[in-house]
Formats: sequence, structure tokens, C-alpha cells
Amino acid sequence: MPEEAHRARGREIVKVNSLLQMAEFVQHLHPVWQALIRAVLLVIPSLLLLIPIIWWERRLLGWMQDRIGPNRVGNITFSQTSKMVPGFLHGKKFRLFGLAQPLADFGKLLFKEDITPSAIDRIIYFTAPAIALFPAFALAGTIPWGPYTSLTPCGDVNIGVLYIMAVSSLGVYGIVLAGYSANNKFSLMGGLRSSAQMISYELAMGMSLACIVMASGSLKPTEIVAAEHGPLWGFDFAPFCWFENWNILTPFGLVACLVFLVCMVAETNRAPFDLPEAENELVAGYHTEYSSMKFAVFFMGEYAAMFAYGLILCTLFIGGWHLLPIRFGYMSHAYPAFGDVWNMLDTLNGSSILAPVWFVGKGLMVITAYIWLRASMPRLRYDQLMSLGWKSLLPLATANLIVVAIWILATKLASPLIGWCAVLVSAVILYLLYKTINKLNTDKRVDLASREIIMVDEPPRRREVEMVDTAAAPS
Amino acid sequence: MNHAAGGVPVTPELLLFGAVAGAAALCAVGVVAFNNAIRSALCLVVNFFLLAFLYFTLNAEMLGITQIVVYTGAIMVLFLFVIMLLNLGAPNLLVEKRDPKKYLGILLGCGMFVLLGSQVLPELIKVHAAPLTPELAKFGGPEAIGRTLFTSYMYPFEAVSVLLLIGIVGSILLAKRRI
Repeated sequence: MPEEAHRARGREIVKVNSLLQMAEFVQHLHPVWQALIRAVLLVIPSLLLLIPIIWWERRLLGWMQDRIGPNRVGNITFSQTSKMVPGFLHGKKFRLFGLAQPLADFGKLLFKEDITPSAIDRIIYFTAPAIALFPAFALAGTIPWGPYTSLTPCGDVNIGVLYIMAVSSLGVYGIVLAGYSANNKFSLMGGLRSSAQMISYELAMGMSLACIVMASGSLKPTEIVAAEHGPLWGFDFAPFCWFENWNILTPFGLVACLVFLVCMVAETNRAPFDLPEAENELVAGYHTEYSSMKFAVFFMGEYAAMFAYGLILCTLFIGGWHLLPIRFGYMSHAYPAFGDVWNMLDTLNGSSILAPVWFVGKGLMVITAYIWLRASMPRLRYDQLMSLGWKSLLPLATANLIVVAIWILATKLASPLIGWCAVLVSAVILYLLYKTINKLNTDKRVDLASREIIMVDEPPRRREVEMVDTAAAPS
Repeated sequence: MNHAAGGVPVTPELLLFGAVAGAAALCAVGVVAFNNAIRSALCLVVNFFLLAFLYFTLNAEMLGITQIVVYTGAIMVLFLFVIMLLNLGAPNLLVEKRDPKKYLGILLGCGMFVLLGSQVLPELIKVHAAPLTPELAKFGGPEAIGRTLFTSYMYPFEAVSVLLLIGIVGSILLAKRRI
């Protein structure tokens, strides 16, 4: 009996090894094939996932808004009597749950009349959708899809996080140029709003990424993920060293993650930050004059960018390609009694070909968060948008950066425990400082607080109306 | 290895350099040649973007990516923003005819080109691509740049940061009436 179990275990290990080899064979291919695989990884997944993502957004929005959403397209009910239908299909029903709805939309957009306004800047008008699409696809270029460097689309370079910043800052051009070239005041307003919004939120996003770079000590996404797979909070004793140090599980990482999440939604022009295409003020914003496939390209770019940002968030904050923040590799080393169990769990947790699956799954979770935000938040006003970006997120991210710097200093000079105490103390001091400055500010600017609006034909207030009613009642 | 007429070995690096540099030079011409301010600005954007690729081919990836983040992604967006806000069209009134300055300018430009070319070409013909040593491969990376900035160039670095701070405070002072 033990011999048989041993043999079974051997088979299991062989199976795992062959899976590993399957992923590593990429590295032994001709460089041209490797490059092709990387290029495909850059574009194809986001294009393929577009259809389920659009369906998921519509169904989820439907459920959240207490309606059904598209659930009919693609359902087939075969006739019970017709001779055109083979016998075994008589009266059968096939359900696709509305999954064909995005395909139907695509067909509609493809065959719609393509209207080009006459007084446009032709070259810029036709290149703007392409310019909008480029950063959306190039964004995830340095994001590793698994533990193998050959699965990084553009290359595992030492400037990976900066590359993300650079490409995301190019995203504004497509929208601004579309807004300018269409010769429409609503388009132009949308383009101007978009450029102001993106410049404002770029700063806070850079600051939040800088926190992660400082805490992990590298600009390489693979090394950031490797740092995330270390022991929790840098402690190497019992309960902490079982868990992985995902950036979202550290205090400053959590703050940076929240800032990044807000900036990411603002950068992709999604609700509640969709002012550039606010339909109740600007018709459709920057793509008012675009129809048919040219509009579809903008649409595609937006969803590809959402997906790419989701993957970036996973890489930098929620532990890359690991499913659970538990260090099974370490467990098998530390508790060899259950060694094989731990090894098996480690394989399942993402040290195998399953890694890209968990990675994409996490990216889809972030997209679900996007949809949730869209369903539950009203659109911000323009001044609220600006004050959120400049007065809240940027100071918060900067304070976070200072806290990270103090943590690094205290940890290097003393020990991890002292480092976390320093984090707590510095966070409290920064909060008190913020409160004091705020108080000083409001004390000085009383004149702004009490501005009165004088209306020309002031309608009677509710209380006055009630008083009139009660006065009229006895007579 | 193929040799072109001048004796320069034709390597993939040289071809890449030629393509990127040629496109960048064309865009630079476009910046001054277009009447439309938006198109000029767009040419400048593409020029900055391609310059970053020239830096990449020289192993200075940190410099290249900073070029994209700062110039292409931030400064030129503000340029476009301002041009669009002021709605500058084609300056028809500024077109001059039969200006001797134009021909003088072309002559001087050719002279400048010859001067630069005479400096660059001999070097280009002599140079052979050296195999990439590990030290050389790291020279444009973030570690090397960070180490240099915070050791040898500490004083200029801090001086520049103070200068930028003064600039920010000054612009707030100028922009706001009451503080």
C-alpha cells in the first residue's frame, strides 16, 4: 500500500513537472517565435476578453439596477414539426444567456452608416481613433503573465513601472485630437476636460506607484511581484512568515492601492469620472462626431485600457499571479511532514501554467470593481473632480511616500518591528499636521464660507408656505 | 557582414537608427513647415517620442522613458491644451512672399548640416559596435543614474529642486490675486 501511494505521488510529480516544462519550452524556441508569442500576448487576450467583458458589464449593471439586461441574443428554439430540422433537435432549446449580444453590437457598428462631417481636420480626424487605441494595447507591455520572463510582452526591463507611467500619459492624445479635429464645440469641450483630468490624476498615480517602487526596491514588475511573495511585513517568525507580503496587505500599500484605483478610473474616463463624455451636457463628448467603426475603435480602446489597468493593479498591489497570499513553497520547506501537500498547493497557487489563469481572473475582478463603481456612483462635478485630484489624492499619496521613506529608514537602521512603529507614529503625526493646517486655513478664509446667493424671484420657502396654510385654515 | 558604399557595416542597429533618426528629422522639419499650430505641435510630439527611441538604441532607457513621461506625456499635452484653448488657426496674414531671408536661411542651414556631418561621419565610419559588457549594459539604467545623481551630482540636483520649488511658488503668486 505505501509503495502504491509512493508511485501515485511520483506520477503526480511527473505531471507537475511536465506542466512546468510546457511553460518553459517557450524559452527554448527561436527568438523570432518568442517575440511573436510576446506580441500576441500583448494584443490578443484583451481583444478576446472584450466580448465577455462587455456582456458581463451589461448583465452586472442590469442586476445592480434591478432589471434583466441582455439575456436573449443567441437563444435558439428549434421547431417541433419542421422537416428542415433534424429529428434529434425537435423542440430543443439552446441558451447562450445573451453572450451573443456583444457580437450583435459589433455587427450593428460595422454596418452602420459611416458619417464624416465636412468641416473637419481630415488627417487628425482619421488618425485619432488609432492614436487612442495604441496606448491601450501597449499599456500592459511590461506586465509579466506568470513566473517566466518569456511571458512578458515587451520584455522584463528595469524601467517597467516607468514604462507604465509613460504609456498611460500618452492616452490623452487620442481623446484630445478627436475632440479638436471634429470641429464641434461639444467634442472640443470633452477633449479639453479630458486633458485637464488626465494631467491632474497622472501626478497622484505616479506618487502612488513611487511608494510601491520604494517599498519593493525595484522598478521591475517581476521583482516587485517577487518582493510581494516574501514573508508578510518582513517578519520571519511563525504566523507572519506563512503569508505573502502583498502590497495591499501593508498599510502604505493599501493607501497607495486606493489612490491608484481612483486615478486608474479617472485615467480611463470611466464613471464616475466620465466627464469628457458626459451625455447630459456634451452630447457624447469627444466622440460626438464619430460613428460606425471609428466609434467602435474608441470603445475597444477604453475596454482594453480597463483590462490593462486591471492587470497592472494585480501585479503591483495584489500579488501578481498567485491565487492566495499563502507561502506554500515556504511551508513545504518548514513543515516537511506535509511536504507533498504543500508542493501541490504551491503548484495550484500559481507556480505553474495556472499562473496566467489566476492573473487574468484577478484582472477581471478589477473590471468588476469598475462596473460596480459605475453602477453605484453619480458623476462628479468638474470642480469636485479637480479638488479630489489636487487637494485629496495628491497630498495623501505624498504623505504616503513620506511614511514609506520613514519605514525604509527605520527598518534598515533598526528592525522590522521598529519600522512598523515608525510608520504608525509618522502616520499619526502627518494626520495631526493635516488637521492643523486645515483648521488654520478655514479660520483665515471665513469670507469664502458665507457667500450668499440673492435670487431675483425667490420662491416661497417650505416653512412660509406651511405658515400660510395654517393661517388660512381657520377662515 | 554587408558593407555600404562608405565602408560602414550595415547592422540592424544602424538600420534602426537610420529609420528612427530619419523620421525624427522629418518631424522636426514638419514643426517649422506646417502653418497649422496644432500640426506643428503634433510633429513635435512625434519628434520627442522618436527621440526617446534613439535613447533606447543607445542603452539609455531611463533617459528615454523620462523623455516620454516629461516631454511627450506632460509638456506637449499642455502645449496642445493651450493651442486648442486659444483656437489658433492658420496664420494667413503672416505668409510672406519673396523674402531674401528665406534663401539666406537655407544657405546657412546647409552650411550647418555640412559642418555637423563632417564631424559625425568620420566617427561613424571608424566606430564598430562593441560587444555589450555587463557594465555597459547597466550604464543607462535607473540604478546607475540614481547612484550618480545622489553622489557626484548631489549639489546640482538639490539646487535644481530648489529652483523648481521657487518656480511653483512664483507661479502661484502670479496666478492668484489673494492668498
